[in-house]
Amino acid sequence: MAVTSIAAIILILAFIAREALSVFTGMGLGEEGRPLGLLSATQLADGSEQFLWQPVSEPPRYNIVPLIVGSLKVTIVSLLIAAPLGIAAAVYVSELAGKRQREIIKPTIELLAGIPSVVIGFFALIVLASWVQHAFGTEHRLNTLLAGIGLAMAVCPVIFTVSEDALQAVPHAYRTAALALGSDRVQMIARVVVPAALPGILASLVLGFGRAIGETMIVLLASGNAPLVSASIGLSTRTITATIAQELGEVVVGSTHYHVLFALGTILFVSTFVLNSAGERVIHGLRKKLGTA
Amino acid sequence: MHELQRETRARAPEIALVAATATATAIVLLALAVLLLEVLAGGAKVVSWSFLSSPPRGLSEGGILPAVVGTVALTLLMTVAAVPAGVATAVYLTEYAPADSKLARLIRVCIANLAGVPSIVFGLFGLGFFVSTVGRGIDRAFYDGRLVYATPSLIWASLTLAILTLPVVVVATEEALRAVPREIRDASLALGATKLQTVVKVVLPEALGGVLTGTILAISRGAGEVAPIMFTGVAYFLTVLPAHLNDQFMSLSYHVYVLATQSPNVDKTKPILYGTVLTLLALTFLLNLAAVVLRAKTRARVHTAD
Repeated sequence: MAVTSIAAIILILAFIAREALSVFTGMGLGEEGRPLGLLSATQLADGSEQFLWQPVSEPPRYNIVPLIVGSLKVTIVSLLIAAPLGIAAAVYVSELAGKRQREIIKPTIELLAGIPSVVIGFFALIVLASWVQHAFGTEHRLNTLLAGIGLAMAVCPVIFTVSEDALQAVPHAYRTAALALGSDRVQMIARVVVPAALPGILASLVLGFGRAIGETMIVLLASGNAPLVSASIGLSTRTITATIAQELGEVVVGSTHYHVLFALGTILFVSTFVLNSAGERVIHGLRKKLGTA
Repeated sequence: MHELQRETRARAPEIALVAATATATAIVLLALAVLLLEVLAGGAKVVSWSFLSSPPRGLSEGGILPAVVGTVALTLLMTVAAVPAGVATAVYLTEYAPADSKLARLIRVCIANLAGVPSIVFGLFGLGFFVSTVGRGIDRAFYDGRLVYATPSLIWASLTLAILTLPVVVVATEEALRAVPREIRDASLALGATKLQTVVKVVLPEALGGVLTGTILAISRGAGEVAPIMFTGVAYFLTVLPAHLNDQFMSLSYHVYVLATQSPNVDKTKPILYGTVLTLLALTFLLNLAAVVLRAKTRARVHTAD
C-alpha cells in the first residue's frame, strides 16, 4: 500500500495524457481534418490576425494562446501582490515581532491557508468586485486584477509560511556574529539574515507560482472568463483551469474539444510538477545546508 | 546633543523597517478579518437548525440538508480510502524502508508532487480513470454493460478526493511516528515482540494522535474542494439524499459555487449563499482548530515523555 502515491502520480499522468494524446501526436488535426491551430493565430475576414478560443463556434477554434496568457497574467498579478506582503510579513514575524505576537500572528495567517478556495472566490465575486471596480475604475466588473487579488489571498499564506521557515532556519550564530561586528538590527536583517534565507524565499515564490497557476475556483468566480489576449489588467480574462472547469461538464466525450481540454490538463500537470519539484529541491537543499552549518 | 542625533539617525531605518513589515502583516490579517466578518455578518442570521436540516426549495428558499449530508458522506468515504493507504505509506517510510532506500525517496518525491497537483487535474483524472475506465470496467464485468457505475457518483468523487488528501495523511502520520522514541521500539523488540507486533501494538498506538490529526486535516481539505468533484459525482441540485455508492450527491462547497453563479435572482439567493458559506467555513475552521489542539497535545506528551 505504501506505493499508492507512486501509483497515483503515474496513473494521473497516464490517464490525462492518454486522453490528450491525439492532440499531441495527431499532427494537430481536428475531426474535420483541419489543423487544430493550438498556437497559431486565425486570419479574420478583415485581414487582421487574432488568437481565438472558440471551441463551440462553427468552425471551432482551439487556440490556447489566450488561455496561457490569461493564466500567466492572473498569476503574475497575484504574485506582485502576495510576494511583497508575504515576505514582509515573514520578516516581521520572524525577526521583529515579540514572542507573543509571533505566536498569535503565525497561526492566524496559516488559518487563511485553510479557507476553501471557493469561499475566497465567493468573497472576491460578492464583496471585493464592487470595491475594486469603484477604486480602480476597471472596464469589466470581473477582471484580471480582481482575480489576482483573490488569488493573492490564497497564495500569500504559502509564501509567508515557507519564507518564515527559511528565516527561522538561519542559525542564531549568524545574527549574534552580525551584531557583534557592530551592525544594527536593520543591517543584520538586510545584509545577513535575508540573504542567508534567500534560497528559501525564492522557493516560496516558485511554490506560490505553482499554487496560483493551478488554482481553479477563485479565477473561475472572479476573472470574468472572457478569452481575451490583452495586457490590460482591467479586462476580463480566462485561465486554463477555469476553461477546463467550465467546459468539461458540457463537452461530448471523445470529441476534439474533449481531447483539447485534457491536453490543457496535461500542460498544467507538467508545469506545476516541474515548478514544485524545483521548489522542493531548493527547500530540501537549504535544510541540509543549514542542518550541517 | 551630538550623541542624541547619532542615536536618532541610527534608529530611523529600524523604525521604517518595522513600520513597513508590520503594515504588510496588518494588511494580510485585515483581509482575513474582513472575509470572516463579512461571512459572519451575512450568514449568522440565516444558519439555524432548520436551515441545516431542511431540503432546499429552488435556489433561494429552504435549507441545505442534502449538501450537509452529501459533504459528510463524501468525506467519510474519502477517509475510509485515504487513511489506511496514508498510514501504510507512513509506516513503510519510517519503520521499514532502509535509510538509503531509493524506493522511499521516490515515494517522498511523489507525495510532495501529489500535494502540488492542481485540484482541477484531479477532476480530469477522476473522470478519465474512475468514471470512464474503472466504472465502465465494472459495468462490463458485472452488469452486462448497463450503465451503473460508469457515471459520476459518490464513490468516484470520494476516491478522487482520497488521492488528493493522501499526502496530508502521510505527512501528519510520519511526523507522529518519528516522534515515538526509539527506546520504546527497542524495549518492545527486546521483550521478544516481532517487528510487526512492535509496529502494530506499540508504535502505532503511540502515534494515534498524529493519525487523527492527519485525518481531521484531510477531511477539512476535502470538504472545501470543488474542482475534483465537479465532474466525478457532485450534483447541481437534488432534493433526495444519496443512498447508494453510485448515487449523485450535493456538497456544501459546490453549492456555494452554484448559488454564487447560477442564480437568476442574486439578491434573493444571497441569504442562503451566505448561510452555506458560513456553514462550510465553520466546518473547516472547527476541524482545523481540532487538529491544531490535538497536535499541540501530542507534542506536549512526547516532550514530557522525553
